Amino acid sequence: MRESMEFDVVIVGAGPSGLSTAIRLKQLNADLNVCVLEKGSEVGAHILSGAVLEPRALNELFDNWQELGAPLNTPVTKDEVYLLKDGELSKELPHALVPNTMKNDGNYIVSVGNLCRWLAEQAEGLGVEIFPGFAAAEILYHDDGRVKGVATGDMGVSASGEQLATYMEGMELHAQYTVFSEGCRGHLGKQLISKFNLDTAADPQHYALGIKELWQIDPAKHQPGLVLHGAGWPLEEASGGFFLYHTDNHQVVVGLIVDLNYSNPWMSPYEEFQRLKHHPVLKQYLEGGERVSYGARAIAKGGWNALPTMTMPGALLVGCDAGTLNVAKIKGTHTAMKSGMIAAEAINKVLADTSLSIGDTFNALFNDSWLKQELYSTRNFAPAMHKFGTFWGGAFNFVDQNLLGGNMPITLHDTSLDHAQLQNIASAKKIDYPKPDGKLSFDRLSSVFLSNTNHEEDQPCHLTLADDSIPTGSNLSQFAEPAQRYCPAGVYEIVEKEAGPSLQINAQNCLHCKTCDIKDPAQNITWVTPEGTGGPNYPNM
Amino acid sequence: MKVLVGVKRVIDYNVKVRVKSDNTDVDLSNTKMAINPFCEIAVEEAIRLKEAGIATEVIAVSVGSSASQEQLRTAMALGADRAILVETEDTAEPLTVAKTFAKLMADEGAELVILGKQSIDSDNNQVGQMLAALTKRPQGTFASNVSVEAGHVAVTREIDGGLRTVKLALPAIVTTDLRLNEPRFAKLPDIMKAKRKPLETKTFADLGVEVKQHIQLDKVEAPAARQGGVKVGSVDELIQKLKDEAKVI
Repeated sequence: MRESMEFDVVIVGAGPSGLSTAIRLKQLNADLNVCVLEKGSEVGAHILSGAVLEPRALNELFDNWQELGAPLNTPVTKDEVYLLKDGELSKELPHALVPNTMKNDGNYIVSVGNLCRWLAEQAEGLGVEIFPGFAAAEILYHDDGRVKGVATGDMGVSASGEQLATYMEGMELHAQYTVFSEGCRGHLGKQLISKFNLDTAADPQHYALGIKELWQIDPAKHQPGLVLHGAGWPLEEASGGFFLYHTDNHQVVVGLIVDLNYSNPWMSPYEEFQRLKHHPVLKQYLEGGERVSYGARAIAKGGWNALPTMTMPGALLVGCDAGTLNVAKIKGTHTAMKSGMIAAEAINKVLADTSLSIGDTFNALFNDSWLKQELYSTRNFAPAMHKFGTFWGGAFNFVDQNLLGGNMPITLHDTSLDHAQLQNIASAKKIDYPKPDGKLSFDRLSSVFLSNTNHEEDQPCHLTLADDSIPTGSNLSQFAEPAQRYCPAGVYEIVEKEAGPSLQINAQNCLHCKTCDIKDPAQNITWVTPEGTGGPNYPNM
Repeated sequence: MKVLVGVKRVIDYNVKVRVKSDNTDVDLSNTKMAINPFCEIAVEEAIRLKEAGIATEVIAVSVGSSASQEQLRTAMALGADRAILVETEDTAEPLTVAKTFAKLMADEGAELVILGKQSIDSDNNQVGQMLAALTKRPQGTFASNVSVEAGHVAVTREIDGGLRTVKLALPAIVTTDLRLNEPRFAKLPDIMKAKRKPLETKTFADLGVEVKQHIQLDKVEAPAARQGGVKVGSVDELIQKLKDEAKVI
């Protein structure tokens, strides 16, 4: 029998949404017993985002955040949007033609990891118990099916499943309400969506993979507050776009977001990103600089149309675990925070008056909020790009967002499944990626090294296969096992052995981005939590 | 028997160390910090002595910034009874740390001090030895086994080519090596309890420890980047390159 602890509210994941839930709960009722579990070795260790932050939700959470020292140090001073035509040429979009949602006046360039570190300090100051290094591995249910809480994973279990000398049994955390805020494609959130049929009324969720690097650059080239966005080259086989932000301390963050509905199995988002950095628009800043950090994370970008029901008996789903990102703004932090704050308000109400239902209470608050308005008015943005392509989709979005304020009287739906889009290698054009030069572009392993990722070596593999034969069977013959290319950490390798090809899973390299769980064409890979503290140790990401 | 354990806050061993661009120090901004692994082994050993009924109280001590409270809380979550932070915003030299421990050892009447053999940031390997000299007490360094019996502690030391077991009269100083034990994981309820355990903050002035600077950090440099390899077409070409370019034969 596992030991258990009782709380009023247990929150899974110390990201922007989970921490905002915790903080709002304690602001509303200081007597509530609230705890937050975080699988990373510390708060912020697993957080990776662009990011340009719209401070709207933060203003509501702490109107004195400046006094409290929130790490919003770099206001956006200039927005530039580029269309990259090829490896050399580009065109800057006139400011008047940029959709309003992509303009960043009043926003800040931040490290969301550092924002979370700061939010965690505020939460602890309010009496929230935060437990980094503990992964919620399992959902617990009452006999009537209501969510009872979560259990942390066992520690000190060997690769073959035996108990080591350091074995420590997982622990049950019981709560009146459990809030799941694991981020995009949370492994428990995924189970809840399926168990409670939360997505039956929604379009399928759509995903992208974001890859990001932090660079220390020549101070002479550094323009704090400068924000660059763009699309086009080198992505020919997929939609997506790049970002490059000049943050403080002579650093820039640069990244590429690649939509995961691409069809060419030869596509490698990692290598697309590496060659992107050679384009003059980006190279002008990066050249002569030094790479400080590297990481990757999947993004849930289906928006309003793909948003599942966010409540169920005894639990709520918030932030990117549900999919509250606003793709038109390419921002998810403020919406994730707001969704957590609404969840906290709903939980506080139903705890005070048990005759209320969590679903109705949450929905009423949600429907009255700017969050709903924001997600609803941008519902057509991504489907327009998917349906009409970057150019006509962009034109549609300009009309919808700048002229009609998001009130186009139609709703576009994208009901295709990201993982079902891959075409057979027989009909796909092979892509030749240039070799990295070691100055602007790098190989996977030297990149993974900079993520500071680590997993205790002797533990069960946390990337599980439903059917061991698929990677070297249909995945290999039809798609040349695409995991070798979509994984930004080089976790999956097909190695030739005497008995034929075999799949090697380098689970120690895993960055917890969840792309394999999303993109595997056979949906054969399930990401589960490794031993607590395992995974990347991102600084300033 | 009271046991004093040293706990130092250092950069986490998983984090790749990066040198600041002005070469003044290692860049620690927002990097993950942790208990020095050798200190963690010291904490584990002290807790095992308490569990065995030998130690009556385990006191974790850190000399460092106020952020070191985090590592002291971890030590208490693992089982230390209370903690003392000797707070300083400057980097404390080994001699200063040794003087601090000498004073605390006397004040607390500790019979055993367990320290990590060195910290993974500065790699000095000095505090334990200096403390023994200052207090004129015996030392057992690089311990891979520790056993306490009536008035003595037997310490098995890892030395070149084998093991040496020494018997020290208490009070004594022990520094830990990697193979002494495998530290446990902290349990959630213990992490919560640790928040309510006593943590006392002192200064060097409170303890009457004189701080004198003997060492000045001139600069920190990253190791030279490795040159990329080249593929050679033949053995002859290899020999020619070894002769003419590498000049090793």
